This record gives sequence, structure tokens and C-alpha cells, in this order.
Amino acid sequence: MTVVVVDGVSKTFPGFRGASSTLALTPITTTVAENDFVTILGPSGCGKSTLLRIIAGLDEPSTGDVTVAGQPVHGPGSDRGMVFQAYTLFPWLTVAGNIAFGLREKGLAKQERDHIVAHYIDKVGLRGFESHWPKQLSGGMQQRVAIARALANDPKILLLDEPFGALDHQTRGLMQELLLQIWEDDRKTVLFVTHDIEEAIFLGSRCVVMSARPGRIKADVSIDLARPRDYHVKVAPDFLDLKMRLTEEIREEALSSV
Amino acid sequence: MSQVLRSDAHRRRAGRYLRPLRPVPAAARIALGLLFFALFIAGWSLATFGGFVKPIFLADPARMVAEGWVLLTEYGFLNDIGITIWRVFGGFVLATIIAVPLGIAMGAWKAVEAFFEPFVSFARYLPASAFIPLLILWAGIGETQKLLVIFIGAVFQIILMVAVTVGQTRKDLVEAAYTLGATDLGIVRRVLIPASAPQIAETLRLVLGWAWTYVIVAELIGSSSGIGHMIVDSQALLNTGQIIFGIIVIGLIGLISDFLFKAVNRRLFPWSGI
Repeated sequence: MTVVVVDGVSKTFPGFRGASSTLALTPITTTVAENDFVTILGPSGCGKSTLLRIIAGLDEPSTGDVTVAGQPVHGPGSDRGMVFQAYTLFPWLTVAGNIAFGLREKGLAKQERDHIVAHYIDKVGLRGFESHWPKQLSGGMQQRVAIARALANDPKILLLDEPFGALDHQTRGLMQELLLQIWEDDRKTVLFVTHDIEEAIFLGSRCVVMSARPGRIKADVSIDLARPRDYHVKVAPDFLDLKMRLTEEIREEALSSV
Repeated sequence: MSQVLRSDAHRRRAGRYLRPLRPVPAAARIALGLLFFALFIAGWSLATFGGFVKPIFLADPARMVAEGWVLLTEYGFLNDIGITIWRVFGGFVLATIIAVPLGIAMGAWKAVEAFFEPFVSFARYLPASAFIPLLILWAGIGETQKLLVIFIGAVFQIILMVAVTVGQTRKDLVEAAYTLGATDLGIVRRVLIPASAPQIAETLRLVLGWAWTYVIVAELIGSSSGIGHMIVDSQALLNTGQIIFGIIVIGLIGLISDFLFKAVNRRLFPWSGI
């Protein structure tokens, strides 16, 4: 079943002070099936984040429209959870308070909130850190809370915008496995934006490769690696073949945008 | 040899104090802070006890303390201090009650900002002390007039600074809240206000300091009580000891209130770096 429909979505940023406007995304049409894990791979500045933000409702498309579960997207909503690259935990709320943010906004009773929060605290392995302030956490822990915060709302789809981009290589690998594990358990529809080829292959069932600016879909590659996956997959022959292929695709684009 | 080493280490340690932005140990910081006070009083003592300045212009420290004692024990100066404190806090609280909500509204909603901002920006340059004659006409020389001087001096500053603080709330936090299902009002209540709260508290601490300068000016004109009134009285009697004592009392109260404000802020906002 199709959950996300992106129909002819383009984005043009107006020029400032007479400068010509910038075409960030050429019209893009694609769909995402329910419970699929789709990675969107592209060189920096290709508009992949813009596409994700349009689906989230944080940016307006210049043309075209997006529907999620049959509902046209007009502005952000709790049916589309989002995890950002920058650390966006609310610094005045504890870890538990951050995870409960959306639940409070929905008006859930405290007991119910606590129950859900405890569940997701366990899921991201942060038991014992419930009352910590975000500033007391490492980057990886902060992003784990951000994932828990988005999931606690039980969104239809989860949008992740280079969530591990600011983490060191080792932490990033662990976070990828954690995310996969959560996905295996919960089976949500996930859209994951990244510029890291290995990450795109390791996580996704399908990888959408975007061209350099103005962004368009250059390739749509299905990733048929067995699940559940762990870090051993990253050195398997199938994995390396895919990596080679995507590297070629991306390299061309990166060269044209350097 | 060891002599050389020691002087070398010495030089290195001294060099630390010359390195820009390098923190000094807590003990050294306190010692340096006290040292200035000591030097200040020493300079003052030298000028007065040494006979370089006539007592009629500047009382010596001992005289100042003696005059202060007389003020406190015989002239009910504590009462004046109490009245001045009451005026500062009264005017300041009034200004806060009006200015903080308005500043938050201006920071949150650009239309509200567009409506008020030009006037408030203009009004904040109006010197509060210049309003005193007008305020005496309108409100007499009673407490209302004193409170109004503080109010005018503080309210526009707080409005603008709060509006800027709220307007500078991190956009990514606002976006994150929207994706978590927050409504527009929810954004104001649960993101803009808590995110700005520590900075707003800092603003209030700063403006409270300014309010102290306005109250004295207000009390210099048309007043029969308060620290400022005592200072004017003492001027008529050429009692510089009392004037200086009054000024030092103001400084001390300011220091204490500032300290308390800081402590409360730290207690209220443990998550903040301020």
C-alpha cells in the first residue's frame, strides 16, 4: 500500500535583491510504500533535505503536492515525525520531558504519557537518563532521544534528515544498527536522507539517488540485502557491489557540483 | 641552578595572567576584586587624611562611617532605605507585569511587533528623568509619581529586550515542536516562552540595576523621604560624609539584589548555561 505520494514537487527559492532565483528541485514524482525504509542519497546541496522538509510540511513546494496516507500535506503535523541533523532537543525539558512533548500536546493523561515514555526510553537504551538535561548528554544520546521523541507520537511516517551526520564514525555505526532494530520491531514507513553511501545501503530497502542541484531523481535502486542486518553486511560482496554502483552515480554528481 | 628554575617557573606563572581569555583561579579572582576596593579606599584616605582635599568637598572614610552611624541611629535612615527599596521594586514590578507579556507577544507575532515596535523604540530614548516635572504635574509629589518614574524608565527597555529575545528563539526548535504536533499557541506557550525565560530573567536583572539610578533622581526632586532625599538634604548642609554613605548604601543594595537575582535565576533554570 502506498503511504506517501510525491506528485510533481519542485522548489524554487526566490532571489534576493535582484539576484536570479534558484531552482533547488526539478519536479519530482515518486511514491513510498507502507512500512518501507527508503533512503534518499545525494551530494550536498542537491535538495534532498528540501524534499524531506516539503513532505514534513516545513517548506511549501513551488509546484506539485504531497499526500500522506491520503491526506494532502498542508503544514507540519504529528503524523509525520521528524529527526533533524542539528540537535533539537528542548534544552529546558529533561529526557523524559522531551519524549513526552508530543504526547502532552495531544492531551494524554500523565499516567499514559509516563507509560509510553518508559517504553521508548528502553527502546533507545537510555534507562537511568530520564531526568538528565539534554546538555548533559553526548551527541549520540541526544539523537537517540530525538528518535524516541518522534516515535513516541506514533507517527505514520518517520522522516530523518541526516540524523547521524554530526556524529563520529563509530557512534554513527551503532546508531544505524539501533535504528534498524527499532524499525524491525515497529515497522514504520521511514524516509532517511543522507549523503553517506554506506549508510544509505545499510539502512534502506530502497535507495533514491538524487542528482546535483537542481535535484532530480537519478536512480531508484532496490536494496535486496537480507534482514535483519548488522555491521557484518557492510563487507559482504552484495553490499560492496551496491556501494560501487552508487559511488559511481554519486561521484558524477559530486564532480558536477564541486 | 634551582634559583634559575624557580624564577623561570615564576615567570611562567606570571605569564599566565597576561594570556588573553585565560581564566584565573577562583582565589586569585577574589583577591584581585578585593584589592581594587582596598586601593580605592587607600586612595581616598590618602586624599582626605593627607589633607590634599578639603573636608568640605570630600569627607574622609572615618568621618563617612561616623556620619552613617548617626544617620542610622538618630535620623531613621533605615526607614529611608526601606522606602527607596519599596519604590524601586514597586515601579519595577509594575513595569514587568506590563512589559514581559507585551514583549513576548511582540516577539512571537510579527504583526504585534510591527504595531508597537516603532513607538516603543522611540519611547525608550525618552529619558525617564525628563518626565519628572510632568509627572509631578500629573501625579503630585507622592508615591505614584516615584513609581511612574521607575515604570517609564524600565517598561520600554524591558519590552524591547524581551521582544528581541523571544524573536531570536531557535527556529529549529520551533520546527521540531511543529512536527511533534504543536499548535501555534502551543509553540508560544511551550517553546518560545520556556526557551526565552532565562534570558528574560537576565534582562530583568539588568533593568533592575537601571531602576536604581532612576529612583534616586526621582527622589532628588520633590521628595520628603528616601535615600535620594537624604542626599539632597545633606548637600544643603555640606555633609559630604552622609552623601557618600548614601551612595555606598545604594551600591550595596544593588549588589545584594543583583546577587539574589542571579541565585534565583540559577535555581529556576538549571538547564541553562547562563
